[in-house]
Amino acid sequence: MIPVLRAAVNTLVHVPDLVRYGSKPFREGSRPGSFLADLKARLRTFEDAAAYPPHQAFIGNLRPESLADIPSPWYGHPLPGASHQGPFGEILGQGPFYSMLEKADQFGLVSLDAGWTPPANGASAAAKGLMSAGARRGTEKEIRRRIGSGEALALEHEGALIGCIRRDHEEDESLAARVLLENLAAKASGAHALRLLLEKARLPAEEVDYILSCSEEAIGDRYNRGGGNLAKAIGEMAGCPNAAGTDIKAFCAAPVYALVHAAALVQAGVVRNAVVVGGGSLAKLGMKSHRHIEKRMPVLEDVLGGVAFWVGPDDGESPRLNLEMAGRHPSGRPSTPQGMMEALVCEPLARAGRKLREIDKYAVELHNPEVTLPAGAGDVPLTNYRTLAALAVIRGEIGREEIPAFIRDHGMPGFAPTQGHIPAGVPYLGHALAAMRAGTMKSAMVVAKGSLFLGRMTQQADGASIVVES
Amino acid sequence: MDLDNQATIKQLVDAHGAENLVVVLGMSGEGVRIAAETLTTGDPSWAGPLAGVSLGLPVYHILEERVRTRLPAEIYAEKVQLMEMVLDVAQIEDALAGLRKTQAKRS
Repeated sequence: MIPVLRAAVNTLVHVPDLVRYGSKPFREGSRPGSFLADLKARLRTFEDAAAYPPHQAFIGNLRPESLADIPSPWYGHPLPGASHQGPFGEILGQGPFYSMLEKADQFGLVSLDAGWTPPANGASAAAKGLMSAGARRGTEKEIRRRIGSGEALALEHEGALIGCIRRDHEEDESLAARVLLENLAAKASGAHALRLLLEKARLPAEEVDYILSCSEEAIGDRYNRGGGNLAKAIGEMAGCPNAAGTDIKAFCAAPVYALVHAAALVQAGVVRNAVVVGGGSLAKLGMKSHRHIEKRMPVLEDVLGGVAFWVGPDDGESPRLNLEMAGRHPSGRPSTPQGMMEALVCEPLARAGRKLREIDKYAVELHNPEVTLPAGAGDVPLTNYRTLAALAVIRGEIGREEIPAFIRDHGMPGFAPTQGHIPAGVPYLGHALAAMRAGTMKSAMVVAKGSLFLGRMTQQADGASIVVES
Repeated sequence: MDLDNQATIKQLVDAHGAENLVVVLGMSGEGVRIAAETLTTGDPSWAGPLAGVSLGLPVYHILEERVRTRLPAEIYAEKVQLMEMVLDVAQIEDALAGLRKTQAKRS
């Protein structure tokens, strides 16, 4: 059974009032003279976030390559007539998302004010199907009491209190209100991406057999921190009654690992239809906002990302996920940029007797440079493309003078929000699918890297790659 | 500059003496200037162990011509050649040259 990529979906949820619960702003908030007041003043409206060119590229209304023609700064050049619906994605507003959080919660953790009706913000039918009927709404008095007692965090919309989320144990850090908010945000945004995938690809929910979640949150309690299986919770919320599933954890490399696992399960005949899904990372909201505020920019890290991919058996028209060219980075290899790229790109190509130039496009870590450059973190995709081009020079495949052309032809500007696992190459798959179906592209390699050292268990980095080809 | 790295270098200076040490950087971008400044005149952000500590260490970058051309060919090919094509070497050399000029004027 040859595994193919049937469909891909990218979603964004614009959540300006939740940026304060990102890890950096939340820590900052308890310090004297914190930047939270400045942060509030620099948050974007839903319309501004929707018309932001990299977001339009993310949901498929703009080719990533076209970003190179838009003058910098991109936030100063919103796309006229931009829609929050795209061929393979949706930008969702905060109003419907709060309602989804309420629906995602089965333990009475989220209380929304009975007097507040979440605005639908033109949400898709897929999103509306995940909004709560509002059966468990609270009163403002009760919400204020919970926040005042310290058991709950305030939920605000356009600056006004509209609800709260409470902890579920007094001493368990894994069930603290902010942790549960992170987990529910990943669940709800993951379910949104999955539901949109089902609708766009016309895949009946009953036919999903297996779900692999590559979300980053550590779901669990004090005895099982990171216990997991957000996949099953997402599948339940998206209405996939026949789907089992599990989580794949590997920092930012997880989405590509999950695609490899999904393709392997389909190829082996264990399941027929597997779905890879990644929900958004609340912790990374406003991660570099202090730098953006210093530089008088809008707070650009105000969106949760979501991705979903359908991997199924060959239908005669979708591009194949070539497992013979799956790349991995064994623990005995150096974690240097060169060591990583040799293992993840050159070795799989060598196995297939191919050269670097023979892959049409490389989808590396696609972080939006407008977010990372002001924070001194460089242009991540450009550095990766330079590394690939330099490897091609060292291997005698191109001349040194051909580096800029190699980067232009085989690369693209970064267009993904800095949500860890979300930028990991996979947001390009929607574009690759469209190009392959139109006959303008034959192959794309997705290359993801993960910073394992952040967890302090090893000094190593990690990575995974996979080739999609028509 | 990373606070742990500042602490490590301070320990090395305490153990071996600044006159016996040379620093060879490997980072890129804005970090080069900041690290070089931190290791010579002190931490400009006043946040780390080298805040107000002027070590005056000689600071070079692995990709500066006078450093990379002295490496054994095998090590250059294995560990340096690729990054010479990836990073902006001219910017790195300019950043260090500018800092050395300012410091020479001061001293």
